Amino acid sequence: MSRPRRERRSVVAVEEVGPYSLVRLERGTLDPGTPGQFFMLEAPRRPLPRALSLCLAPPRELAFLVDPVGPGTRALCALEPGDRIHVFGPLGRGFRLDVAHPVLVGGGIGIAPLPYLSEALERPPAVLGFRSDHHAEAAALVPNAEVVIEPVLVTDVLPRDREVLACGPEPMLEAVRERAPNAQLAWEAPMACGYGACYGCVVEIDGELKRLCLEGPVLCRS
Amino acid sequence: MQVLNASGCLDALTAPHVANAFDAYVTKTVTPEPREGNAPVRIAETEHGMLNAIGLANPGRDVFVRETLPRLAEAIDRPIWVSVGGFSARDYAETVEQLTRDDVACIELNLSCPNVDEAPESSAEIVGACRQVTAKPLYAKVSPHSWDVGETARALEAAGADGLSMVNTLRGVALDATLRPVLSRGTGGYSGAPLRPVALAAVLAARRVTDLPIVAMGGVETGRHALELIACGATHIALGTVLFSDPDAPARVREELARELRARGFDTPADAFCAALDPVVSLENSRKS
Repeated sequence: MSRPRRERRSVVAVEEVGPYSLVRLERGTLDPGTPGQFFMLEAPRRPLPRALSLCLAPPRELAFLVDPVGPGTRALCALEPGDRIHVFGPLGRGFRLDVAHPVLVGGGIGIAPLPYLSEALERPPAVLGFRSDHHAEAAALVPNAEVVIEPVLVTDVLPRDREVLACGPEPMLEAVRERAPNAQLAWEAPMACGYGACYGCVVEIDGELKRLCLEGPVLCRS
Repeated sequence: MQVLNASGCLDALTAPHVANAFDAYVTKTVTPEPREGNAPVRIAETEHGMLNAIGLANPGRDVFVRETLPRLAEAIDRPIWVSVGGFSARDYAETVEQLTRDDVACIELNLSCPNVDEAPESSAEIVGACRQVTAKPLYAKVSPHSWDVGETARALEAAGADGLSMVNTLRGVALDATLRPVLSRGTGGYSGAPLRPVALAAVLAARRVTDLPIVAMGGVETGRHALELIACGATHIALGTVLFSDPDAPARVREELARELRARGFDTPADAFCAALDPVVSLENSRKS
């Protein structure tokens, strides 16, 4: 696994994707890492950086899909080309790529790591769930995707006999895990540091507290 | 002058290169029994700082001594300061006795964690109990909540403390959109930039009454912030919350501090030591003069 680095990088572009923003940064010497790994992005004028999984790794760029839900993510979406922010990563454990018949499952902003993952797995089928047509515009980032809109859920159309790699809200991950106990699931928690320093990002999974930034964000039972 | 990490803000086993950038590494607080810590949510960002309610998650002193200490000695090449917590003076003293070993350079008594129940004894009584059982350097970590920090400092020195670490976090609360506390414990320790003036005042108050070494911390993000604490009487500086956003802060703050000193014609931090202390002129005195 490559050693994470922290560098100041320029914003190349910020593109609207439905209600989300795709923040494209100049890559510099940062390693994009494994799909599912994340980076800490400096959120302008906020005390703490934000943890975001890599969405796409075009040549010489790193791109992150951001949902402007709070002051930090709004500040990231308001970045303009030429602005410079600190970027630290890649961090955490990503998806295992040794899967024979994968299906990618994503819900809402949880689709963020799937475009990069899809590329690494040579565009396997995907099932994506959104709460509205507007949110579902982000599905264009993931090839070979079947899209469902609430009240239809991804678990309603999840194919059998495939290895599941999923990212999305906690209830979705729990529901996916009931159907596919050995699924690789990317979880989410508020993080202060991203590198195991603060013990802030623990999540309780199967009765055990796990530091998501080190043991995750992708966790798997098997 | 040494630059240390604030206890609880760095795990040398997961980030040894960050720990090695300090002059000494201060561990997370060790308690007699293992503690999982508080349930999530444990951290909350506020407008200018952050709250944490980790709750002293640690493997307990037996496992710490048997497994963690040897691993730390392997992972880093810096003196190890162990932060000790407990729920009674006896807890503290027994842990300190167990930690009186060659691989421990110094012991910091965490007398002021805002995220767990407090011991019934006073801080001075706890320091006194620990002094009985060790000749290791004992630093007492002081809360910023004390109204009379000078009095606390005096009492800790009289009880046998070799140094003071100040300040710990301030107790705070953050509410979510539904007006419920964000942190599962409700309250947490408030840290970051807003702690700076509080730390300056505490160090200044302690320095007026004692010559003990002071490891000063509280919102230090730049060399200028470190310099201000030195001017108030700090002998050493510790970095805490800044490590979460900038793991390269140790080297950066040191470089900035050197620049700040040079810009003022100072050769070493000692030249700025206590620059803020005298004279303190009251309005009454200034009218007389």
